[in-house]
Amino acid sequence: MISSRHYLLIGILFVLTGISILFSLLSGSIDLELSVVLSELIEPGSALENQILREIRIPRTLAAFTTGGLLAMSGVVMQVLLRNPLADPYILGISGGAAVGALSAILLGAGSVFFTNAAFAGALFSILLVFGIANKFGQWSVTRLLLTGVVISAGWGAVINILLTTSSTNNVQSMLFWLMGDLSQSQVYLGHYILLAAGLAGGLIISRSLNVLSRGELFAQGLGVNLGMLRITLYFAASVFTATAVTIAGSVGFVGLVIPHILRLLGARDHRILLPCSILLGGSFLVIADSLARTLIAPQQLPVGVVTAVIGVPSFIIILRSTMTK
Amino acid sequence: MTSLIIESLTLSIEDNILCRDLNLKINENECWGLLGRNGVGKTSLIHSIIGVRTIDSGQILLDGQNISELSRRAVAQEIGVLFQDSIETLPATVLETIMLGRHPHVQSRIKDNQNDHAIVDSVISELSLSELSDRQLSSLSGGERQRVAIATLLTQTPNIFLLDEPSNHLDIAFQISVLDTIKSKLYKRPASILMATHDINLAARFCDYFVLLLENGEHLQGSKKEVLTAENLSKAYGCEIQSIQTKENTLYYPV
Repeated sequence: MISSRHYLLIGILFVLTGISILFSLLSGSIDLELSVVLSELIEPGSALENQILREIRIPRTLAAFTTGGLLAMSGVVMQVLLRNPLADPYILGISGGAAVGALSAILLGAGSVFFTNAAFAGALFSILLVFGIANKFGQWSVTRLLLTGVVISAGWGAVINILLTTSSTNNVQSMLFWLMGDLSQSQVYLGHYILLAAGLAGGLIISRSLNVLSRGELFAQGLGVNLGMLRITLYFAASVFTATAVTIAGSVGFVGLVIPHILRLLGARDHRILLPCSILLGGSFLVIADSLARTLIAPQQLPVGVVTAVIGVPSFIIILRSTMTK
Repeated sequence: MTSLIIESLTLSIEDNILCRDLNLKINENECWGLLGRNGVGKTSLIHSIIGVRTIDSGQILLDGQNISELSRRAVAQEIGVLFQDSIETLPATVLETIMLGRHPHVQSRIKDNQNDHAIVDSVISELSLSELSDRQLSSLSGGERQRVAIATLLTQTPNIFLLDEPSNHLDIAFQISVLDTIKSKLYKRPASILMATHDINLAARFCDYFVLLLENGEHLQGSKKEVLTAENLSKAYGCEIQSIQTKENTLYYPV
């Protein structure tokens, strides 16, 4: 059911997205004037400030937005797939696999290209491992998938701990940043934007089926949903969103879990609305969090994952309280 | 015309045969009751009719076409199921849930259709749910949830209704009024009903034909008069059941 309230929500989120991006472009170790930002967007300049903007701030802001959007969308899909409000993009062990790949690359002193490939390979391995085990014995139930994911996740956790405890102090620092989520090394490419756009387009195409599946698998089948196909599609879509986000920025927590819930509490329960809103709110949330991560204790930087939790927890509780007393 | 034919259906769960070689033809405007003790296979039979449960042998024909060859959407346009359990872990309002009943019929992936809204509105007023329509599912009582589930089923506008325990959680007044509403569809268009229930008297009131599932995959079927005898029921439930004749009805009770 789409109402004018939903269009208003989307409108507000677009404005929020614009503000968050502007905020991010203006803030950092060097303060930039609004006029510089605006003139750079119209006509690229050659001053130092323009270079900072073009080579550092804009790419980083776009990386934050893309990562946040992917994580929020993945969270929406995981929560429907598992019909579990506690589900988040990392619940099935994808981030664990990516972390083991990334940490191993750090341990081996690998360069950034190898590093991102290692993280993505780890995530991919974990996706296939969980799918293979959960699928192995015929009937693919949500409980089996969830249990498999949680157990594999715990296994990765153990490997991560081994890597952390056996690494040099120097490496441990960058490992911890990666594990908490960090955008300082992030790069996004055209492929990432295409994935985000294609994910949204695909999500909108099956959004009605997501609405039906939210009410249960039998119910969905009774209303004509091809459950087997849908489940596999959702599993791999959410997994690829997560794997990509984790490859860009490490395991940024909280966005994928809480953004979908905040939007549902604000009335965006229909996936035709929830999916685009989750990209806008997830993206702008991470853009703001990353701006704060760069500026709060400048010139030092905080891992963005710490900031997402620090702003996310109280705002979620406030929204939860205000919608419960209605 | 819509007909449902079950041909030599055998169903089992683990090593237990639920029904063996069941043949059943449900014609339009017929209301069938499905009776039998707990765990005898009533729900499994309903699930296998729409193809969400694997069957051991036999086939199910919808208008002469094997159900396994039809798309799930095509099946859902003809057959609607009232399931026993619903899931409320993710939030939704009553209105949003009832609207989902149109899923097999929606034309656009994004846009809502005025006709769909009109169907939803009429079902909501038919089942007196307008006061609940903005409420969250999680805030409803068991009986209210059951009425929402039935409203969703009516919104689906199927020609064959498969009802699994339709009277669950409903008080006696709603049991009668809700089933009256569903049964009235039988006369407005060529519809039919198969209703699994524990309430023999409710089934006797609404159904004209019966399938009685017995132990070991055996079953009886036929008209109400043939199947609903004290002897058959006592055998099916494994406890002595007697009947008394009132002015309007035959009532069944355990001794």
